[in-house]
Amino acid sequence: MGHIEPTSAALGRRDFLVSAATAAGGLAIGVSIPGMAAGLPLPGQTWDDDAPAGEVNAWIVIEPDESVIIRVAKSEMGEGVLTSMPMIVAEELACDWTKVRSEYASSNRNLLEQGVYKSMLTGGSSAVRASRPYLQQAGASARARLVEAAAKRWSVPSADCQVANGVVSHKATGRSLTYGALAGDAAKITLAQEPAIKTPDQFTLIGKPTARLDSKVKVTGEAIFGLDIRLPDMVYAAVTTCPVPGGTVKSYDAKAILGHRGVQSVVALPNGVAVVADRFWRAKQAALALPIEWNPGAGAGTNSAQFREDYRAALKGPLQNAKTVGDTEKALGEGKLIEALYEVPYLAHATMEPLNCTVHLQSDRLDIWMGTQAPDITMGLAAKTTGLKPEQIFIHNCYLGGGFGRRAINDELVQALAVAKTVGKPVKLVWTREEDMRHDRYRPQAAIAFKAALGKDGMPTAFTAQTAVGSIMQSIKGMLDFPMPPGVEPLAVEGLVNMPYAIPNIKVDAVLKNTHVPVMFWRSVGSSQNAFAVESFIDELAHEAGQDPYQFRRKLLEGKPDFLRVLDMLAEKANWSQKLPSGKGRGIAIHESFGTIVGECVEVAVDPKGKLRCERVVAVVDCGHVINPRNVEMQIESGVIYGLTAALYDEITVKDGAIEQGNFDSYQMVCLADSPKIETYLALSGGTKWGGIGEPGTPPIAPALCNAIFAATGKRVRELPIKNTDLGNRV
Amino acid sequence: MIVLTVNGTRHELDIEPETPLLWALRDEVGLTGTKYGCGIAQCGACTVHVDDQPVRSCSLSVGDANGTKITTIEGLSPDGSHPVQQAWIAEDVPQCGYCQSGQIMAAVAFLKAIPKPTDADIDENLTNICRCGTYPRLRAAIHRAAAATNG
Ligand code: FES
Ligand code: FES
Repeated sequence: MGHIEPTSAALGRRDFLVSAATAAGGLAIGVSIPGMAAGLPLPGQTWDDDAPAGEVNAWIVIEPDESVIIRVAKSEMGEGVLTSMPMIVAEELACDWTKVRSEYASSNRNLLEQGVYKSMLTGGSSAVRASRPYLQQAGASARARLVEAAAKRWSVPSADCQVANGVVSHKATGRSLTYGALAGDAAKITLAQEPAIKTPDQFTLIGKPTARLDSKVKVTGEAIFGLDIRLPDMVYAAVTTCPVPGGTVKSYDAKAILGHRGVQSVVALPNGVAVVADRFWRAKQAALALPIEWNPGAGAGTNSAQFREDYRAALKGPLQNAKTVGDTEKALGEGKLIEALYEVPYLAHATMEPLNCTVHLQSDRLDIWMGTQAPDITMGLAAKTTGLKPEQIFIHNCYLGGGFGRRAINDELVQALAVAKTVGKPVKLVWTREEDMRHDRYRPQAAIAFKAALGKDGMPTAFTAQTAVGSIMQSIKGMLDFPMPPGVEPLAVEGLVNMPYAIPNIKVDAVLKNTHVPVMFWRSVGSSQNAFAVESFIDELAHEAGQDPYQFRRKLLEGKPDFLRVLDMLAEKANWSQKLPSGKGRGIAIHESFGTIVGECVEVAVDPKGKLRCERVVAVVDCGHVINPRNVEMQIESGVIYGLTAALYDEITVKDGAIEQGNFDSYQMVCLADSPKIETYLALSGGTKWGGIGEPGTPPIAPALCNAIFAATGKRVRELPIKNTDLGNRV
Repeated sequence: MIVLTVNGTRHELDIEPETPLLWALRDEVGLTGTKYGCGIAQCGACTVHVDDQPVRSCSLSVGDANGTKITTIEGLSPDGSHPVQQAWIAEDVPQCGYCQSGQIMAAVAFLKAIPKPTDADIDENLTNICRCGTYPRLRAAIHRAAAATNG
């Protein structure tokens, strides 16, 4: 057993984390790992014994050895913010990029300094979109102060100084000073006026393919995820939550396990039972052995077949109108009528790292170590749960082993705090994969019905969409509340109301209906189901009209140059006009989400028995501008595979009120062998557009795939996952 | 008493023999680079080498591993310089990074067995799950590492 350094009560110190440091030749974990910041100490605080002297502003620290630490107020869950956000700052700072390290910003400081870091929520593919201007400003402002510090020392006008690569120079006198030497002075300078920030045509770093800053620690095992936190005196908790969401504990027999080796206590939670032990595995085994009786609550006896009927029935009304253009009723009566119903299941996030968190609760202070997508919200939740003041709460965000929306609501934290109240020691609470999958907040199940009328030229004259789907806002109420515009919840109809096609009469209606199964944001949210439905149905219309699906979309996108640019490049790169042999097919889909248009073309092979292979995916992206083209490729690949897994294999189903799937044997993942060749191209429109990139790759993949299956087999897939449709005996 | 030699260091552990090797490595030995993803040998996040063979450590008990030599991600190289780690960095493979210790340990063992793999070899042998979908880059990195090792 590795020796763990005991620490004083100074729990907030940055070097407190003991993690994997062992006497056994394991890697000692330093404090400077990107993203391993424990929430930086504030000047003047007693636990602050290592406040950086070279802090130029809240975002930037320049050390005497010229290292540039750039703070990131978003969470790294794979989407690359620990690289892309520093790139934005460094673009203006004119520092040496090879000296840049990234570090999480402190949510506690954000609170005390009135939002110096703005919103720390990572979601909605918004990290770069929302923060670019103020990050550029932070970099520019720091640069200007460094220049002024140098000018002061030399008694020359700052306008006569130049900067490049972390050095300020004065050509006329041949003098120069490094940022490291100037940082202390720069911190004390107040600028008469904030400098202007660069326009995109002036960028030199932004737009250049750049390697991630966190690769190295992720190939050596050094990167610290929530699950890797180890504290002196820490105990472990394993939980069994009521199998029926919303249910409670009726009774349990603690005596049955209290004699087990290492087991220390059994703690009743509102929705389950936690077992505390000296090791996680002991806690988990005891939790499995603990006899528990449940009050299943309102979800008792429900099942997925019934939900499906209920959602279909809900489409009969009453419905809430989300959009009306023209008169669909009249137009539907006049053309060739086409109808279709699309259905999608609940989906789990299944982040690779199951949810977990470590807390140390004291009478006047709470420390939390976990991977969270929203440290600000985590802080509020912890304050509400413990009664502590937000400023007494210190969140040490870790690397997130996947987020996809799930880590924006910290159910695991609420449980850990309940345990911590009873044990008086640091507690690490870990969900098993089974707990994680059965107690997720899922992508909503939905039924989406379409009607369209085709005119004499084959083009649609009317289009109606009706969706019956769960309300996310209602489901997360009290845990995460956002202001929402009046009318239909946008999350339910995104992708429907903003369908880009020029059809003279359009109507979109919705009915929001929840079951006891909690729902929330899942990578690309409403677009994940609505893009599948719309882009499949548009394909149906093209075929009904006897037209090529690419040309058909083209006509409907007239006057939308950004869409056309993406679509045309897609057709070209994917060799759309080239014939494929029998048994193969190509499908196309295009969708705008989070400010970014993505077109995808899928090539499939389907054998006579119905065995499907997705062979090639071509993606074309218009996110306006690009910070790191390399990261755009990575995120598109990631979004495609994430959507492909859902399209091919996955559904969360309910039996007797409980989630049936518990692990990767029943909730299958695309693996390397299933993974298609993916090509990503940029068709950037520039201008004022700064689109997101973490999510927009996901929505088009399911419809492009199903459209390709139709091209190969003549079979139209109208329900996901595809595995439930027999693709053999082609039509 | 269970005896494991982990990355060259001998450990005597007083734990239940049915403890999965994964949890012994993480919570007893204190090496957290090896990850927990499923606990049922489905995902490969927990892959380590036991007597040079790749093993999903969540599904091997320490009783069965007693007396073996184990290599974890921390023991692969002192500084991330192993050709497979270098190939991973060059191809920018990791996203969230959580699966990557296991991916790398699986790839190292695979390349030892098949130094010049085809895509079909890769498909057949590398079955670790990556929820971030780093598969295209994983594939490229494996070819890169193979080329680097074989000159
Ligand atoms: S944790 Fe061992 S295979 Fe998944
Ligand atoms: S990199 Fe995130 S699971 Fe593989």
